[in-house]
Amino acid sequence: MKDFIIPNDRKIFDDRDMGTPAKQGAPVTLTVDGFEVTVPEGTSVMRAAAELGMQIPKLCATDSVEAFGSCRLCVVEIEGRRGTPASCTTPVAEGMVVRTQSEKVKKIRKGVMELYVSDHPLDCLTCGANGDCELQDMAGAVGLRDVRYEPGENHYDPAGIGARSQAEARWRAPEGEANPRYIPKDISNPYFTYDPSKCIVCSRCVRACEEVQGTFALTIEGRGFESRVSAGGPLDDFLTSDCVSCGACVQACPTATLQEKSVIELGTPERSVVTTCAYCGVGCSFKAELNGDELVRMTPYKHGEANRGHSCVKGRFAWGYANHQDRILNPMIRDSVDQPWKEVSWEEAISFAANKMRGLQEKYGRKSVGVITSSRCTNEETYLVQKLARGVFMNNNTDTCARVCHSPTGYGLGQTFGTSAGTQNFDSVMHTDVAVIIGANPTDGHPVFASRLKKRLRQGAKLIVIDPRRTDIVRSAHIEASHHLPLRPGTNVAVVTALAHVIVTEKLYDETFIRERCDWDEFQDYAAFVSDPRHSPEMTEVLTGVPAEELRKAARLYATGGNGAIYYGLGVTEHSQGSTTVMGIANLAMLTGNIGREGVGVNPLRGQNNVQGSCDMGSFPHELPGYRHVKGAEVRAIFESKWGVTIDPEPGLRIPNMLDAAVSGSFKGLYCQGEDILQSDPDTHHVAAGLAAMECVIVHDLFLNETANYAHVFLPGSTFLEKDGTFTNAERRINRVREVMKPKQGYADWEVTQLLANAMGADWNYTHPSQIMEEIAETTPGFAHVNYEMLDERGSVQWPCNDDAPDGSPIMHVDGFVRGKGRFINTEYVATDERTGPRFPLLLTTGRILSQYNVGAQTRRTQNSIWHSEDVLEIHPHDAEVRGIKEGDWVKLASRAGETSLRATLTDRVVPGVVYTTFHHPDTQANVITTDFSDWATNCPEYKVTAVQVGLSNGPTDWQVEYNEQAERSRRIEAAE
Amino acid sequence: MPHEKLIRMANQIATFFATQPGSDQAERVAAHLNDFWGPEMRAELKAHAAQDDSDLSPLVKDALPLI
Ligand code: SF4
Ligand code: SF4
Ligand code: SF4
Ligand code: FES
Repeated sequence: MKDFIIPNDRKIFDDRDMGTPAKQGAPVTLTVDGFEVTVPEGTSVMRAAAELGMQIPKLCATDSVEAFGSCRLCVVEIEGRRGTPASCTTPVAEGMVVRTQSEKVKKIRKGVMELYVSDHPLDCLTCGANGDCELQDMAGAVGLRDVRYEPGENHYDPAGIGARSQAEARWRAPEGEANPRYIPKDISNPYFTYDPSKCIVCSRCVRACEEVQGTFALTIEGRGFESRVSAGGPLDDFLTSDCVSCGACVQACPTATLQEKSVIELGTPERSVVTTCAYCGVGCSFKAELNGDELVRMTPYKHGEANRGHSCVKGRFAWGYANHQDRILNPMIRDSVDQPWKEVSWEEAISFAANKMRGLQEKYGRKSVGVITSSRCTNEETYLVQKLARGVFMNNNTDTCARVCHSPTGYGLGQTFGTSAGTQNFDSVMHTDVAVIIGANPTDGHPVFASRLKKRLRQGAKLIVIDPRRTDIVRSAHIEASHHLPLRPGTNVAVVTALAHVIVTEKLYDETFIRERCDWDEFQDYAAFVSDPRHSPEMTEVLTGVPAEELRKAARLYATGGNGAIYYGLGVTEHSQGSTTVMGIANLAMLTGNIGREGVGVNPLRGQNNVQGSCDMGSFPHELPGYRHVKGAEVRAIFESKWGVTIDPEPGLRIPNMLDAAVSGSFKGLYCQGEDILQSDPDTHHVAAGLAAMECVIVHDLFLNETANYAHVFLPGSTFLEKDGTFTNAERRINRVREVMKPKQGYADWEVTQLLANAMGADWNYTHPSQIMEEIAETTPGFAHVNYEMLDERGSVQWPCNDDAPDGSPIMHVDGFVRGKGRFINTEYVATDERTGPRFPLLLTTGRILSQYNVGAQTRRTQNSIWHSEDVLEIHPHDAEVRGIKEGDWVKLASRAGETSLRATLTDRVVPGVVYTTFHHPDTQANVITTDFSDWATNCPEYKVTAVQVGLSNGPTDWQVEYNEQAERSRRIEAAE
Repeated sequence: MPHEKLIRMANQIATFFATQPGSDQAERVAAHLNDFWGPEMRAELKAHAAQDDSDLSPLVKDALPLI
């Protein structure tokens, strides 16, 4: 017997549908069928019964959406109340006495079910939802044994032939009349079908699309018996509608009406494993549902603390790449990159690689080789790769792809607050009053977080967007930003400093907070700096293009509108002043006291799933795990005694430095795990030249990616479904990645790194990734209490998790900054050297879209390409007109670094003078255009600003054609003997 | 590494620290270079500066002895 039920306590494995969402409130005690239960005020009677383990029959209620009360299957009797109220819409009351079973309610329920079933094609045995259908279950639960109605008007295909048109659906086929109500199945979405004949019009899908996803793509069309769910307008299907394929409606649907195609094809799954999405930094928890070792579907896990039961199209559906024919499962080697690949055994590949690397070190020196770790790999894998560099190569030449995305976050937040991480958990946004989004496009890049944010905005929170483009969040269903500041690319610092100017000169800052939490003298220096009239919005308007009055209003709103939270992305970091902008953002939060509690904070939205983790694990060349500089003798001593080696006290090479050093001949060998630097890093020609100059490039990956065109050793990697370890998301949440199936290529990725290390003379003997986590916990203070048992018990934990914070740290800097006093830093705007001029008059900025991910290696190998089959260039109609460019034309995009061709689309999302594209496709190679300019502090490339010219072209450039031919040649695999 | 690139990067760092209050900007430029640049890059910068420091910002020049 349960006494008191706290919503969201640690019952992480209780996966039942509780009928209605959990509430928070004062305890209320009632009895249900004689059993006493205490629940928070506002809880429904249905949920209170479910807490006792009693499932009241229901159809239109599910715990992901608010109750609606339409089916009346959930009726109960309540002492002292008339009639039979619906338990899903009736809140509990103190002393309430509920009966869930009585002759009266049983009769009503049977009647309801009879009506539903009378208009339902009873093809249960061959239905895709057989065994997983609530209508079936409820028919059983209410004891429905016969249906008294004569077959009459209905919505299905009486011939049962899966008619593709209404006319085909003949009443008593084949010669009878067509059924005018039959609507054929909509199979337009690549991942799920909509079969209107099975719809019971419970509206769960409509509510899920509104409340959970916030897209409002679905409506109920028609009235009464005629009503059906509809996506978009009369001529739309799911694919052409506003639907973003998040799957929330499919998840909510109680019948086979909305059903995953994979389940229709493979059958209902029989086992499930909880794991973590391997795409973006939201780090959603999923249940991988399987038959044997065949994955049937991924469903968002409702106890996942990052996603609270929601998902986006990538994590939910785009996992087909795991079985794609391009996947390489055998190790391969070659002596030179113009040879075809030769498949060899693991032993041969590892010893070939080890000999080459050792040989290079002997010939060219200890520092001539290095590693690149990946944000797509687990913490444990990443830890081992940097350990390989430090403990086996004996140098600090380790870097990570975070170099090219969030390295300025690490530097900027480290300098101001003392930690290199975001300050909040995602739940915090539900307490935000003013959200500021700078240089991020969450509806595309971080969709599940965007859904939470949109929910909060619908509840009345205000939104400020600072972005050169009018991104979707600026205006979408039921949401409109209070202020959109469409700045010129490259002027972030000027805008952020102008915001601070307004806050300081209009005295909107929080003096108490600053006096208590920051250094008052530093604040005064800073205040004098930002107060200078040159930082005023009026003076900076000519540079930034942001109307001064609008900027002033935005500053006032952020400073005075209640809890203010800043969310930012790569539009902040990928600039020559990326680190300065991050510091400017931290200044704003300190100025306004928006730090250290729920609803506020500074939140970097991380691009890839484990960007946070890969940085935490010591991937950077100057830092050991836990962001401790290699120059610190005490820190080195911790690892030296553990590893039995001497660690180099000098920083190693960063990725761009490795490439430069390769071109100039001193860097010769690279082990690159899970990254495609040729496609993702700036100035492709330069990257290619660097790779080509190396004598041994080891690529450890799923596919022969672009970097592999220059590789000598290919070690097949495993997908997240085959990994065992942890990912750390943008909220510092350490989530388990569980081995859903065995690695298809034979070895887990951490084992491969260990094989290579041992072949080079190390003596590592980890037998399970949990031992690697034990070593991390032992050596890294923020992880001291982290271990797999704890994660399995709790679900996840946010670091720091140690003696000071045994339950982890959802919010940071609560009682003080990690570095002691928060530090204000002057942020002077310095124009980038990348300037427009007569030859290159436009500014190119880059970004991503919802359905694709990073360089597209995974998503391009799924049906997501239906939404984005090529990169296109967004150009303002004015700029297009003067160049004679029309919608869909091939255009040449040229910068001083190179040129490429792609198709153009005309849109006023971008302002005149700015063009925009994505970088998901190797054919386009947007990075041929980007230059080698970079952030002053971290060398994070300046992807977001490139001066370009755009002109009409006839198709791909010679370079693109040549590149494709070369890539093709390089991917040849010698036929087995 | 091409000298222009090294110089540009060093000057960029100096440009930032030049805007900070206090009188220890040169020390801070040097500290940044020592912390984030590998010894080979620092040596290259110094070697280049010894031959020709005309492109280096004054602050980088002040920082050189501390690198
Ligand atoms: S998949 Fe998502 S966006 Fe599309 S209709 Fe369903 S809930 Fe709405
Ligand atoms: S499609 Fe499913 S969830 Fe939507 S109204 Fe029909 S039965 Fe209900
Ligand atoms: S891609 Fe991001 S938002 Fe989408 S399911 Fe995966 S972790 Fe969640
Ligand atoms: S479940 Fe309560 S009315 Fe439908």
